[in-house]
Amino acid sequence: MTRKKRRLYVVLLGMVTLGAAAALVLLAFEDNLVFFYSPTDLAAREIAPEMRVRLGGLVEEESTERAPDGLTIAFRVTDLVAAVPVRFTGVLPDLFREGQGVVVEGRMGPDGVFVADSVLAKHDENYMPPEVAEALKKSGQWQGAQEAGQ
Amino acid sequence: MIAEIGHFALILALTVALVQATLPMIGAARDDGAWMALARPAAGVQWGCVVIAFAALTHAYVTSDFSVLNVANNSHSAKPLLYKISGVWGNHEGSLLLWVLILATFGGAVALFGGNLPPTLRARVLSVQALIAIGFLLFTLTTSNPFERLVPAPMDGADLNPLLQDPGLAFHPPFLYLGYVGFSIAFAFAMAALIEGRVDVAWARWVRPWTLAAWSFLTLGIALGSWWAYYELGWGGWWFWDPVENASFMPWLAGTALLHSSIVCEKRGALRAWTILLAIIAFSFSLLGTFLVRSGVLTSVHAFATDPARGVFILAFLVIVVGGSLALFAIRAPQLKGGGLFAPISREGGLVINNLLLTTAAATVLLGTLYPLFVDALGGDKVSVGPPYFNAVFVPLMTPLIILGGIAPLLAWKRADLAGVLGRLRLVGVATAIAVVWALWSHAGGPVLAGLGIGLATWLAASAAREWAHRVRLFAVPPGESLRRAFGLPRAAYGMTIAHLGVACVIAGITASSAWRVESLQVMRPGESVAVAGYDFTLLGVDNSDGPNYAVERGHVTVARAGAPVAELWPEKRFYPVQQRPTTEAAIHTTWFADLYFVVGDSDGRGGWSTRIYYNPLVPWIWLGAVVMALGGAVSLSDRRHRVGAPTRSRARAAPALAPEAGT
Repeated sequence: MTRKKRRLYVVLLGMVTLGAAAALVLLAFEDNLVFFYSPTDLAAREIAPEMRVRLGGLVEEESTERAPDGLTIAFRVTDLVAAVPVRFTGVLPDLFREGQGVVVEGRMGPDGVFVADSVLAKHDENYMPPEVAEALKKSGQWQGAQEAGQ
Repeated sequence: MIAEIGHFALILALTVALVQATLPMIGAARDDGAWMALARPAAGVQWGCVVIAFAALTHAYVTSDFSVLNVANNSHSAKPLLYKISGVWGNHEGSLLLWVLILATFGGAVALFGGNLPPTLRARVLSVQALIAIGFLLFTLTTSNPFERLVPAPMDGADLNPLLQDPGLAFHPPFLYLGYVGFSIAFAFAMAALIEGRVDVAWARWVRPWTLAAWSFLTLGIALGSWWAYYELGWGGWWFWDPVENASFMPWLAGTALLHSSIVCEKRGALRAWTILLAIIAFSFSLLGTFLVRSGVLTSVHAFATDPARGVFILAFLVIVVGGSLALFAIRAPQLKGGGLFAPISREGGLVINNLLLTTAAATVLLGTLYPLFVDALGGDKVSVGPPYFNAVFVPLMTPLIILGGIAPLLAWKRADLAGVLGRLRLVGVATAIAVVWALWSHAGGPVLAGLGIGLATWLAASAAREWAHRVRLFAVPPGESLRRAFGLPRAAYGMTIAHLGVACVIAGITASSAWRVESLQVMRPGESVAVAGYDFTLLGVDNSDGPNYAVERGHVTVARAGAPVAELWPEKRFYPVQQRPTTEAAIHTTWFADLYFVVGDSDGRGGWSTRIYYNPLVPWIWLGAVVMALGGAVSLSDRRHRVGAPTRSRARAAPALAPEAGT
């Protein structure tokens, strides 16, 4: 086998692998991209109930309520313009706190309540998730210096 | 005063690095021995300066010198000593200093052990290494000075993030950086070879041990991080495909590819340009990881406090390093002559496919990690790419890789008899089929993919054993002869067998813990029991007490199986008053075949606690497997042929092998 021929084989093989990977990536992207919305966005548009989305903002003060089963927690996520009620069943992360930034992932229920299956609060409390900062900026409620100075 | 000495030493290290980066490089171009000879002492002095700086910062931490801003922000006088020390690298500035220290240590090691390297190569390697050091020293001094003073000094510090006050995380960054920075040496060798325009077997012999060491450390570093996430975050998961995890996983994938291609480069003299490219890619991924973690451009569960100036600096550095090295590669690579020819079906061929799959996998991780950034930069929506994407892409790419990993080690170099090899793997195939049937039957109704995972793990483990049996001619010759052969096998061969067994172990752990884990979420009152996966968990009570620097709510849980006691668990919720932060400490009982994982959550205010229980089958195998992989790396590293003194002898031996290439 000559060097040229070998190179040809390797290149062909590389193209096949890359092609297969590209196909896989496209397929996976189609189903698994999760869009991020602020509460204002979410109020403004219809979200199909089967679509997974992320919602970010602040946990509204005094909105947290524990259901009688002791496991389901209801709260509202706000960008200080609009607020979306959220329901989550499970153990909340340690840093979940009213007035703090939070990102929840799940689906919009038919009753207008966002059913979250994961709740992300940051490891570092000084840190505001960029999406949350963005959502607050959009709603005109961002007090930049206070958080960005951290 | 001591902090100022540290600061000064760091500036001195920068000036020494400037000398080390320029004069030996010029000396090598002019063939001036005296200028080239500067490289080794310079590397030594640079190392000494950085050691002084690091010791100064450590001293500030241990003595709780809160007049140093970094200490005041990240330490507290009540913190246990271990976390005072690990606090040095538990923050952005200090971890950067650790990075610089490791970089200087590796550079010093090349200088120390590189006595038998060709002088021009050595000078160039150390110069390139100093160029990298300049970048990081400038970064530290201009944007992240750890020695900045705070006036007036506060009475006490702000404490280290309590999540980081943990033995797993104390050692995670050093191992990770040993891995990242280890690839910088492979990178420096690659650059030096490109500048020289020559890659010979001696070069490959030098790159391989460095890559092996870096790869082993990185494996341990990633495993420690994932172990920490598993027991500390209380989610029962060990990998979240978070951008920061991906940032460490991409260099690992590229490094694994480099490890395999450098074998071909060393043994057969082939794939030279490709090996150099991989060395560039592996280190570029390490830098990219640094950028992603420290610039805060991506939402991640990990976060250093971020500063846009730092992001811009690292991005610029990244562009210079990646752009510069790829440009040099583009100019010089065509001059690098490929070595030994091989047929598609051969050990080399197998390793080429291994490399294609690993780099493709790294590319898909890169795409998934950066995609949200691209979309955002193009003014589109905010999106995130979650675990389903990575799982959907990764499994189909890894499956052929693992199947190949069972076959390729049995293939001969140059030209192999595939049918013969497959014939030898008959029994392995049977074992795999049995394992798949067992996996599907014993967990009927579970995910079908679990059969694939268990099958792959069995295939890889059994074929690694088969390959060893073939080498020692087990049962083909008398046992004594086999034993003699077993002792005579090169350590590098054992390294491969062990590392592949480790991979099999990890795959089994990942498969079983993802497919067969049982989760139970409930409110428990003291005295209540819950049955999970055949174990009865009884919550006896929750009481309050105090730890060294935190208050704690501790649950007491007994676990029994069919009435017989198995374990007592003490899950905790801690509260660190200095930072006003709670943490969850899961209680884990491991049987080595499964973990029983208990988390106590919030009180429901009526005498009950929300609790979360996981039964995680085979999850300890993931970390056990990673340790076995790193052990394989260490065993291979101890091979006599890799000893740093070896190249002189091996060059003499390699010379005739190289001769035919002159004609090609």
